[in-house]
Amino acid sequence: MKASKNLFRLSVTGLVLLLMIFLTTSCGQKEEEKAEAPAQPAVEKEEATQAAMEKILVFGRGGDSVGLDPAYETDGNSFMVCDNIFEALVFYADESTALEPGLAESWDISEDGKTYTFNLRKGVMFHDGTKLDANAVVFSLGRMMKERNVKFMGQGYEIPAQERPPEYWVSMEMDDIVGSIEAVDEHTVVFKLKKVNAPFLANLGMDFADIISPTAFLKNPKEFLRNPVGTGPFKFAQWVKDDRIVLEKNTDYWDTNAGPYLDKVIFRSIPENSVRFLELKTGNIHICQFPNPQDIALAKQDENLILPTQPGMNIGYLSFNHTKEPWKSNVDLRKAIRHAINREAIVDNLYQGMGQVARNPIPPTLWGYNKNVPMVEYDPAMAKDYLQKAGFPEGEGLGEITLWSMPVPRPYNPDGVKIGEAMAADLAQVGIKAKVVTFEWGTYLKRQREQPDDMDLFQLGWTGDNGDPDNFLAVLFDGKASTSIRTQWISDAYHDLMVRGRETIDQAARDAIYQEALQIFYDEAPAIAVAHSTVIWPAQKTVKNFKLHPTSSVRLKNVDLDL
Amino acid sequence: MLAYIIRRLMIMVPTLLGVTVIVFLMLHATPGDPAELLLGERATEKALHEVREHLGLNEPLHVQYGLFLRRLMKGDLGETIWTRQKVWTEVKQRFPATIELALVALFISCFAGMILGIISATKQYSVFDYVSMLGALAGVSMPIFWLGLVFMLIFSLNLGWLPLSGRLSIDVDLDIITNFYILDAILTRNWPAFKDAVWHIIMPAVTLSTIPTAIVARMTRSAMLDVLRQDYIKTAKAKGLSRLKVIFKHALRNAMIPVVTTIGLQFGVLLGGAILTETIFAWPGVGKWMYDAVMQRDYMVIQGGTLFIAALFVIINLCVDVLYAVINPRISVQ
Repeated sequence: MKASKNLFRLSVTGLVLLLMIFLTTSCGQKEEEKAEAPAQPAVEKEEATQAAMEKILVFGRGGDSVGLDPAYETDGNSFMVCDNIFEALVFYADESTALEPGLAESWDISEDGKTYTFNLRKGVMFHDGTKLDANAVVFSLGRMMKERNVKFMGQGYEIPAQERPPEYWVSMEMDDIVGSIEAVDEHTVVFKLKKVNAPFLANLGMDFADIISPTAFLKNPKEFLRNPVGTGPFKFAQWVKDDRIVLEKNTDYWDTNAGPYLDKVIFRSIPENSVRFLELKTGNIHICQFPNPQDIALAKQDENLILPTQPGMNIGYLSFNHTKEPWKSNVDLRKAIRHAINREAIVDNLYQGMGQVARNPIPPTLWGYNKNVPMVEYDPAMAKDYLQKAGFPEGEGLGEITLWSMPVPRPYNPDGVKIGEAMAADLAQVGIKAKVVTFEWGTYLKRQREQPDDMDLFQLGWTGDNGDPDNFLAVLFDGKASTSIRTQWISDAYHDLMVRGRETIDQAARDAIYQEALQIFYDEAPAIAVAHSTVIWPAQKTVKNFKLHPTSSVRLKNVDLDL
Repeated sequence: MLAYIIRRLMIMVPTLLGVTVIVFLMLHATPGDPAELLLGERATEKALHEVREHLGLNEPLHVQYGLFLRRLMKGDLGETIWTRQKVWTEVKQRFPATIELALVALFISCFAGMILGIISATKQYSVFDYVSMLGALAGVSMPIFWLGLVFMLIFSLNLGWLPLSGRLSIDVDLDIITNFYILDAILTRNWPAFKDAVWHIIMPAVTLSTIPTAIVARMTRSAMLDVLRQDYIKTAKAKGLSRLKVIFKHALRNAMIPVVTTIGLQFGVLLGGAILTETIFAWPGVGKWMYDAVMQRDYMVIQGGTLFIAALFVIINLCVDVLYAVINPRISVQ
């Protein structure tokens, strides 16, 4: 009996010891959090009693944000929170990428297209009570420049060294575009460009170009990503890692025309798609991001749910290894593959209806879209004819080709391997033997860029950043511009159009340029545009004015809730 | 005893060092590059180079490992690649959630598993024995993922008894002290939050405990059966001791050694099983965090997290070894 008492005592002591270890560590953590996050109040007791009256929107999503400093983030889950805390100089219009005045109420572009002057909105305050002025703009964008060619008005700020490369700024090659940023007076900022770059303005609407409070940033630059301060309709309140991020209404928001109506927004992380949908069905969340396609049918039958839908600004495509023959110069062979693949069947069965067969490699919502280009038809007989012309009758002499298929679902491609298998089966119909090959995602991206000899066809895709056709057509297919371009197709005519497109400021003229480029794309078949996916995020019927945006940003300023 | 514990703790150092070497080598032998995954489709050579340079991935392997060790000596596990936060801070934020879940699951599996095992052993070949052992077999074979969803459908969607996912309802306030929500609710005497936290933990803990419960039940049954056949049990019965006394004082004590070993090992299994449970039940713990880190090749998180789990595992094993001596004085801690 004594021994069993001992055993009990020891077990209890062990448990208590374990608890104490974590108690100590967690207490330390709490102190740290307090020090790091002065703007993170525990919800006060009186508020709890008023909670029933408050409009609280719960947004269910697949994962947590990585960080909330827009300059350094790369993932959608971070940007969707930033979308509501921060604002940029220019805004994208609702459900389109047309540009509207944002924190800049107007702008002028010099005749040579190299000087942009932005006139800032007056009376805008950051959540920490400081004023938005030209210096804040110079600070926010200047901190991303490699060579800090910036000029503040008056005393200005000292910009700390970069914690790490600002990935979006680097990958959008902004250092090659922006020469200097200067605060001319309290409400005027001038950007001098190194060269004419028409997409520059659209780039400034992207998340990475959001304006932050320099005062808040300088208080603790390393912790700003966990204590963000902007000018947006909601301010940051609390972050429980991997669980929830809470935003509160910015009662001093500058635009009082519409919203913000919600008192609080809670972004809840619910990793499993089906569970997230169940949470929506039971009414625990108001909006469900990325449900499983089979749950969409259930959502349609549920009278308490609505289905906000938006054609995705993306493209899933199949391309060729243009660094080797026969793909490099045999246009007929590329066309044979194009007609052999049954894209309708892929969209119907593998996108499960949440997609649209592509006519062009840019989505139809973008300007520059060429409606006059014929829709590529699935026609095995025509494919065989092209194979004959290409010098590979019935696929003879081609051997077994490799078809690289993506190992992970992406917004533009729900299941790369299954789609690869469907494509291989289609190719077999016309006599081409194709082997589906896949790698771990990082390896896939790395090896694909190296254009190795064992790669014949590859699947990839793209989600647009700024609604500019250049962001699809040049970035994806202008192989002559850089060896980093995923499709190393070298076409002088196409490259010249891409350069002209960037150097022309007039949008009508640019529209014509991109339409011409899309005609060349059709004629030369450097890649096969497969499909654009459609985004459907079911929501409760009580959610009003919720609109999906082509850039996938989540803007809740105008959203209201029926209580 | 104290000398033994100190010696074992000293042995921990080379063990954990070995863990770091193996994890480091495995990580770098596995294909995948954090910089590629960070930048995705939009990666350019220039951007990749800058990110790799910043993360120190352009250094030779031995230099990278050396830097990791040097930081470790200072008690610094480094900074995560994705969230740019100290690994230790991230560990502290997430471990309480996992430990809380694992402890409740361990409690359920010890309690249920041992009761089932004891009754099955004492009523061998009875209907109860067959049913419980069949249940144990099902428990071991049932995929956690599937079971979790079934529980959700039954207890949340159809019966509406338990919440679907998460640790706390969004309308419940709790002042966080230790990050163990149940404990925090008790410390702050916040009974609505206590009830809510307990309600939230039931389903994930029961789901997580199915496999360990089944294993503990089977192990207890077979160990008890062995012991119940021993002569001294007959003696105990012959001298007129009550049935309960025979079972709990004479048989169970001696049957406990393999059971305690199993329970100790199950704690590791629980930490591993937490990956799936945490994903299904949106439980913000370390399992999902480590899984994501593996998928994103966040080397710092994987190294730091594994080291921490390994240390925990070694400590638990030490506790189990010490428990042997307590349960059965014939086993010497020497």
